[in-house]
Amino acid sequence: MSELTALTIAEALKGLKAREYTAEELTEEHIKSIEAARDLNAFVLETPDQAIEDARASDVRRAGGEVGALEGIPLGIKDLFCTKDIRTTACSHILDNFVPSYESFVTEKLRAAGATFLGKTNLDEFAMGSSNETSYFGPVRNPWGQAVDDPGLVPGGSSGGSASAVAAGLCLGATGTDTGGSIRQPAAFCGIVGMKPTYGRCSRWGIVAFASSLDQAGPMTRTVKDAAIMLGAMAGFDENDSTSSQNVIPDLEACLGQDIKGLRIGIPREYRVEGMDQEIETLWAKGARWLEEQGAEVIEISLPKTKYALPTYYIIAPAEASSNLARYDGMRFGLRVDGQNLEETYMKTRAEGFGAEVRRRVLIGTYVLSAGYYDAYYLKAQKVRRIISEEFASAFDQVDAVLTPTAPTPAFSQGAKTDDLISMYLNDVFTVPASLAGLPAISIPAGLSSQGLPLGLQLITRAFDESTLFRVAGALEEAAGWSPRPLRYQGS
Amino acid sequence: MSVDKSTVMRISQLARIEVAEGDQDKLADELDNILTWVEQLNEVDTEGVAPMSSGLPGAVLPQREDLVSAGNRQPDILRNAPDSRSGFFVVPKVIE
Repeated sequence: MSELTALTIAEALKGLKAREYTAEELTEEHIKSIEAARDLNAFVLETPDQAIEDARASDVRRAGGEVGALEGIPLGIKDLFCTKDIRTTACSHILDNFVPSYESFVTEKLRAAGATFLGKTNLDEFAMGSSNETSYFGPVRNPWGQAVDDPGLVPGGSSGGSASAVAAGLCLGATGTDTGGSIRQPAAFCGIVGMKPTYGRCSRWGIVAFASSLDQAGPMTRTVKDAAIMLGAMAGFDENDSTSSQNVIPDLEACLGQDIKGLRIGIPREYRVEGMDQEIETLWAKGARWLEEQGAEVIEISLPKTKYALPTYYIIAPAEASSNLARYDGMRFGLRVDGQNLEETYMKTRAEGFGAEVRRRVLIGTYVLSAGYYDAYYLKAQKVRRIISEEFASAFDQVDAVLTPTAPTPAFSQGAKTDDLISMYLNDVFTVPASLAGLPAISIPAGLSSQGLPLGLQLITRAFDESTLFRVAGALEEAAGWSPRPLRYQGS
Repeated sequence: MSVDKSTVMRISQLARIEVAEGDQDKLADELDNILTWVEQLNEVDTEGVAPMSSGLPGAVLPQREDLVSAGNRQPDILRNAPDSRSGFFVVPKVIE
């Protein structure tokens, strides 16, 4: 790894501006870094030629005085974003030859801001998973595994490839998507910053759909400032997504460094769940103290229905997924496995094309939406979702932000939770509530476990109040004193 | 409630996903496990609560004129087809 891959986005923008290096050099160094770390399996498709071409074009633009917000910055793109003429698979066998003829709105915006794309990053199949073990392209390794002598350490999921790549210095930032924690939990596991915007901030157009009322794209970076820069370039209204917000994204960089005196921070008592590691509870208390020391007022609050968020999510998300994934029928695109007749062709195509977890979730979703069960499961879950959302709204009458741990444990080993589905689902116990309520949330690396693995703290604010979110996140990051430098990953 | 093999076969038919005979018992157990776990929602009193179906509470879906905004992209649309001929998707025979 060279110095150029150890930069933050903000530093790289400065260096490019000062002509210390070119976008082409910056991109080249990252391409080398990716090649040297292939055993992480963070990228499922590398696009070095395209990246170099884009970087040269960026250098030309810069020379001509045309400088975008991410001019010359090499990024990784989660393989859930459609990229024109570049294979996009959602890491599913059913799409493993799919080449989109259009670009997602978010990646289009990132391109327009001057970013170069190094390739497509690995994820759990259709973003369904919390450990990146369900990918058709195989599991991703967490670069922190080498620090604890566990090469099979998971990076979290579903945006595990993006998290691993950012942590190992393979790209300066990456896109993620978050349905129930898929940006925040892998960010925590890999010691980086992961941010899920308010539902509607980033257009879902061109992102392979999982659960449409929950899916939201966001940045994965090494610092809060980088997340602010990247989100500024990703967010914005899009008429092709009917849930896209017309609210203009504030200048988030300007929120950093503002003091947090007088802000009220809520600590929800129901987040002290059974099975949470003691050291995570200790770090959480430390985080509250850090904010208090900077003048914030820390208040214990109650979000009584928190324990019902996860079961609510595991009805709503599979229900929406079963509907969204109905399009994969082998007729117009994707895999087709021939049967004796049309019916059998559908059945065989979908049995072979979807992996075990996706099949399970589609079946659960089909069940909870089926005649006789719709009211008891799906409608019930939608009602509990409303209650959870309203509890957050009342909490925000008392406080400006909520502080919680991001995940109940640090990263674990491959295979540790694959036999017990519920224990895997419990990874998202702290991230799912904000997803159900559509609220913005961010995970910040805040410390190390006794074993030496990164731990994250999460902040949640009111809908569309990313300003306060970044303001408090900046303060928390500074107090935590986490080094934003990537791991010196040595390929094995 | 408990999910048995016949339920698995029924929903696999609805979802158009073939489940091999040998996998049906294991899948029935897994689905039963998940459904039993989510049934804890029955403890929550939801009397009079309106279901929330949007990503944010109170979201209003916009409307627009019903106009063609993109078109004439036949090659793009057929690009990923498993089988196509003369500008059409080729699919298995539907009527026997």
